[in-house]
Amino acid sequence: MRRKGCTAMKVRTAVYLLKQGLRGLWRNRIMGIVSIFSIACVLIILGIVFILILNINNLAESTKSQFDSVQVYLKDDLKPDRIEEIGEQIEKIEGIQDVYFISKEEALERMKKDWGENGYLLEELESNPLPNSYVVKLQNIEHTEQVIRQIKNIQGLEEVKYYKDVMDKLLKITKFIRLTGTIIIAILIIISMVVVINTIKLTVIARRREINIMKYVGATNWFIRWPFVVEGVFLGLFGAAIALGVLGLGYQKVFDLITQKIYILLTPYMMPATLLMDDLLVIFVVLGAGIGALGSIFSMKKFLNV
Amino acid sequence: MIHFLNVTKQYGHVTALSNVNITINRGDFAFLVGPSGAGKSTFIKLILKEIHPTSGKIIVDDVDITNLSQRKIPYFRRKLGVVFQDFRLLPNKTVYENVAFAMETVSASPKEIRRQVPMILGMVGLSGRAKLYPHQLSGGEQQRVSIARAIVNNPSVLIADEPTGNLDPDTAWEIMKLMKQINRRGTTIVMATHAKEIVDLMQQRVIAIEDGRIIRDEKKGVYGYEG
Repeated sequence: MRRKGCTAMKVRTAVYLLKQGLRGLWRNRIMGIVSIFSIACVLIILGIVFILILNINNLAESTKSQFDSVQVYLKDDLKPDRIEEIGEQIEKIEGIQDVYFISKEEALERMKKDWGENGYLLEELESNPLPNSYVVKLQNIEHTEQVIRQIKNIQGLEEVKYYKDVMDKLLKITKFIRLTGTIIIAILIIISMVVVINTIKLTVIARRREINIMKYVGATNWFIRWPFVVEGVFLGLFGAAIALGVLGLGYQKVFDLITQKIYILLTPYMMPATLLMDDLLVIFVVLGAGIGALGSIFSMKKFLNV
Repeated sequence: MIHFLNVTKQYGHVTALSNVNITINRGDFAFLVGPSGAGKSTFIKLILKEIHPTSGKIIVDDVDITNLSQRKIPYFRRKLGVVFQDFRLLPNKTVYENVAFAMETVSASPKEIRRQVPMILGMVGLSGRAKLYPHQLSGGEQQRVSIARAIVNNPSVLIADEPTGNLDPDTAWEIMKLMKQINRRGTTIVMATHAKEIVDLMQQRVIAIEDGRIIRDEKKGVYGYEG
C-alpha cells in the first residue's frame, strides 16, 4: 500500500511543483520577459561567436588538407627492392593516412605538365635530374613533427620536405581560435547566468515568507527549489528559442548573400545553415535549460538556510 | 517527549544556554518564561533544529536530533507545529489556502486536504472565514489561522513563540482557550511568553530561564516576574 501511495504522491507532487513554477513565471512576467530577452541577446552573441569559430575552423581544416602531405625524396642509387622496402617502412609509421610512389619519370611528366607551354624546355635535358619520391599523406597535421622524425630515421633518403611554416601557422591559428572562442563562450555563459540569478532572486525575495513557512512545516529543500528551477528553465528555454530563431534567419541571409553575390569562392568553406542550426539547437536547449536551472539554484541558496 | 541533556549553546563567546537539563512529557502544557535575552528563543530554536547545540543531547518525540542530518530535518519538522508572534500568513492566499498550503507542502492528497482543512478551521472557530484574506481578519483571527496551519498536519508538539504578543488581553485569552483545547487532544505544547496574567491564570507547568539557565520548574507555576 505504501509503494502505491508513494508513486501517486510523487506524480501529484511533480504536477504541483510544475504548476507552482509556471505560476511563478506568470506572476513575475514583466521581469521574466526582460530576462528572456537578456538571455536571448547573450545567446545570440554566443551563437555568432560559435558560428564564426565553426566557419574559421572549417576553413582552416580544409586549408590544412592541402598542406598535409610530406615529400620523401630517395637517393638516386637505390635498388628497386630497397625502394619498395622504404615504402613499406613508411607505411608502418603511425599517423599516416596514405603513401604513394612517384618515380623519376612520373615526376618529370608532372613537371612538364605544370610548366605547360614551357614544358618543351625540359625535353632538352640529357638525364632526368629528379629523384624518386614518396608522397606521404598525414592523418592529423598536429602530429607532423613525430611522423617526420620517424621518416628521417629510414636509411637511403635524400631529403624530407613538408610545408613546415604553413603548417605551424595553421596550427597556431586554429589553437588560438579554439582558445579565445572557449573563453568568450565561457564569459557569455556566466553573464547569462547572472541575468537569470537576478530574475529568479526577485521571485525568491517576493516569496521569502512562503519559503520560510514551508521550511517550518517541513518542506524538503528540493520541494521548495523545484518551482524556481522550473521557472528558470522556462526562462532559459524561451530565451534560447528566440536566439535560435534570430540566428537561423540571420545566418541564412548572410549565407545566401555571401554565396550568391559576393564571394562564390567562399562557398565551399561556409557551413550550410541547416547543419549549423541542428548543432545550435542542441547547444542552446542544453545551455538555456542549464543556465536557468543553475541560476535559480544559486539564487535561492541563502534563503533555504532556516 | 522533549529531553534536553546537558545542553549548552554558545554563539561565539556568548553563552545562550548552559548545561540545560529538562524533560517535557507527552501531553504537557509548558510555559517558557524569563526576561528577553534569557535564552527562551534559543531553547525553541534548538527544538526546531534551526540551530545546533554546542554540546549536549536533544531528543524530541523519540528522535535524537542532536546530529540529525540536513536531509532529515524536513521530515523531523513534520512532527512539530509552530506558531509565531507575527502570525506569518501568506497575504495573497485565503484562510483556506493558507492552511491547505501546509498540507500541500508535505504532499498530502487533495482528498485529505479537502477533508482536513475544513475540520481544522471549524476547530479553531473560523469556518465562516475560509474565503477571506488575512488582511480582512482581526489579529486574533489571524493567529487562529496560523494555529490551524500549525496543527493541520497533526503534529505531536506545538511550539508557540509569544503567540499572544500582538494581541489585546481578551483576544489573547481566547487564543489561550484554543491552545488548551488543542492540548486536551493530546498535543504537547511549549509556549514562550511574557504574558504574566495568562501564565498565572492557566495554572500549568512553568519553566523559567534566566541567563541561559533554568532557575525554576514548577508543575502549576506562576509567572514570578514583576511586569
